[in-house]
Amino acid sequence: MAFTISFHKPSALTNTVKILKRSLNTTRVLANKQMTVRDALNSAMDDEMERDERVFILGEEVAMYDGAYKVSRGLYKKYGEKRVIDTPITEIGFAGIAVGAAMAGLRPICEFMTFNFSLQAIDHVINSAAKTFYMSAGLVNVPIVFRGPNGAAAGVAAQHSQCFGAWYSQCPGLKVISPYNSEDARGLLKAAIRDPDPVVFLENELLYGNQYPITDEVLDKDFVLPIGKAKIERKGDHITFVAHSKGVELALDAAKELSSVGIEAEVINLRSLRPLDINTIIQSVVRTNHIISIEQGWPYAGIGSEISAQIMESEAFYHLDAPVIRVTGADVPMPYTKSLEIAALPQINNIVDAAKKLLGV
Amino acid sequence: MNGSSVLRKHSLKNVLSIFESRFFSSTSEATFETKPFKLHKLENGPSTTVTLSSEDAIKYYKQMQTIRRIETAAGNLYKEKIVRGFCHLYSGQEACAVGMKAMFRDTDSIITAYRAHGWTYLMGVDPFSVLSELTGRKSGNARGKGGSMHMYAKNFYGGNGIVGAQVPLGAGIALAAKYLGTGGVCFTLYGDGAANQGQVFEAYNMSKLWDIPCVYVCENNGYGMGTSSERASASVAYYTRGDYIPGIWVDGMDILAVREAARFAIDYCSSGKGPLVMETATYRYSGHSMSDPGTSYRTRDEIQEVRQTRDPITSFKEKIIGANLVNIDELKQIDKEIKAQIDDAVKRAKADTEIPLSELSGDIYAKPLETKVRGVSPFESLEHIRIGQAVNLN
Ligand SMILES: Cc1ncc(C[n+]2csc(CCOP(=O)(O)OP(=O)(O)O)c2C)c(N)n1
Ligand SMILES: [Mg+2]
Repeated sequence: MAFTISFHKPSALTNTVKILKRSLNTTRVLANKQMTVRDALNSAMDDEMERDERVFILGEEVAMYDGAYKVSRGLYKKYGEKRVIDTPITEIGFAGIAVGAAMAGLRPICEFMTFNFSLQAIDHVINSAAKTFYMSAGLVNVPIVFRGPNGAAAGVAAQHSQCFGAWYSQCPGLKVISPYNSEDARGLLKAAIRDPDPVVFLENELLYGNQYPITDEVLDKDFVLPIGKAKIERKGDHITFVAHSKGVELALDAAKELSSVGIEAEVINLRSLRPLDINTIIQSVVRTNHIISIEQGWPYAGIGSEISAQIMESEAFYHLDAPVIRVTGADVPMPYTKSLEIAALPQINNIVDAAKKLLGV
Repeated sequence: MNGSSVLRKHSLKNVLSIFESRFFSSTSEATFETKPFKLHKLENGPSTTVTLSSEDAIKYYKQMQTIRRIETAAGNLYKEKIVRGFCHLYSGQEACAVGMKAMFRDTDSIITAYRAHGWTYLMGVDPFSVLSELTGRKSGNARGKGGSMHMYAKNFYGGNGIVGAQVPLGAGIALAAKYLGTGGVCFTLYGDGAANQGQVFEAYNMSKLWDIPCVYVCENNGYGMGTSSERASASVAYYTRGDYIPGIWVDGMDILAVREAARFAIDYCSSGKGPLVMETATYRYSGHSMSDPGTSYRTRDEIQEVRQTRDPITSFKEKIIGANLVNIDELKQIDKEIKAQIDDAVKRAKADTEIPLSELSGDIYAKPLETKVRGVSPFESLEHIRIGQAVNLN
């Protein structure tokens, strides 16, 4: 694994003290350095709620049911009904209430059961949360996190399988995060909750149960990751893969496969869609001269389109030996039909094939 | 215990026939008394005295039993991992759909949420086609592209996966009926959870302003996912929540009560009086969707109690046998036939194949302006094809 980007690296001494404390106080087993994305998100919210009284969670089924996908498990029990609030199924209403509360000094975490339902509330995300700071000439900032699973799950058809990465990233005033593994999830959610601006935090249901290795540093209560910085998950010199969320997993798998035929792909995990860490992408392209963007969302005006355009507008353009290629979801609503669903989403072989074409092998 | 209708014995012949009911069904019609309706802003409500013919008794019984069987089969297919994603069962709520459908005229329409398997069947789709949609196969009602939540038929506009979204759509369907002068009404169904969505109230307001013939039906099954209606709704008197729109509360476990309410609603809305709200008090036996065990927010006893005392099929069965409209053996025969029909449908729905990959880019547009559709990369180009009927093309 390549390097880790992190803030606030605690000194060795405080680190040891904290580790000792933690091993006494919590059930988290340090020897087993694996964590699911679900637990990473859960622990991030727990930490931040403990740290800051103003942080509270609201959304459908978040409290007594422990969350539709169990991401808020245990928090209602621990923090009570004042801070973990079950709402009716009324997205535009509770999103508006959350934004209002943020305007007036609270730090809401507004959970959408899935981001498909954020469409019911999108006016408050865009018009109320994203634009108020600007409209008030820098007076009223809106520290809120909108979070929940985004993108395609399995077998849930068109209305429940859409990536909103490009949608929300298009709007100035929002910060948009799309984590891949547990470290991302934990470090970035904590950062998002602490951030003074509205953050859209796009999780992926299919990754919730996945376990990823995690270090002591990541488990630290003060661990946060910088919003707007990508991470190089894998080093490589021949071609750059840039992806977010589930796309990173695909990119890593494709890179592994290509490695067996002597092609070394560099895999960039975007982590943040807005701001977009274009510098990391450019630096990589300058070395590899080839780039493929990978996402599960639609191609049209997608994240890959933006990356492609920004490359064209940068010096990296002169370093390209081949056009930028986007591997994306197919340009169709999601079908329920199993074989069609597979064909509607990018697969490892699509990336491998595209890379080979690009490199002329 | 509620929802039991009182048998009124018409005649001596009736009384006598009860004794013979084990062997013969000699009565062609019986009268029952339903539980009282609750009314909101209405002087008179539906009739509590209901007449039922033996022919209709058999029809409703068959329909309710078929829905129950379809749902049991759907649940099993889900457990076998052949049905994927969501699978919301209607078991326990059969009387709502069958009672309403009983009064539908050719011009009446319906739209509902994702708990749509039973309605799809009632609106004329073969159980095999419902089950094939669930298995995602080509004989499915939507060729396997829609799945559990998205099924359609003539006068049936789905199958919507977004809670509450179907409510203004239903008002729009009713607006079209009024505009086109069809005389039809639209039954717009939503749950007790959906009842809180803001767009419900927007639709209420406009439909009242414009006298739209929309019957808003809140199927109150007590829970929206894991949240009881009391925890989600400041008022659980859903039939009154249209405020300026008159409303009726109905025992949704009694198909005859629902039928009378539907009769009243159709009369009311098609006579130009505007919309009406109807709350059907019902219950869902299964979890919210198949992945929800459905026992963390309610007790097993609660479910058991409803099954034993209010089940819409069992109570109807007792009623019609008691009234000598049918005899037990007839019903047993019907049960057998339905079981065989659904077993066979399940077999075929499993054996059926999926649509070809070329349909991935089928029917995105009714009138596509581009022939090419981008696949997952620039190297995977698809062809737009047209397959469906496109009812509004011209
Ligand atoms: C806008 C929206 N928000 C949330 C959901 C997730 N969801 C699906 S069904 C459901 C509960 C709905 O309950 P109710 O309206 O009572 O209908 P029931 O399931 O009881 O038939 C929820 C929260 C959704 N599909 N759409
Ligand atoms: Mg309900």
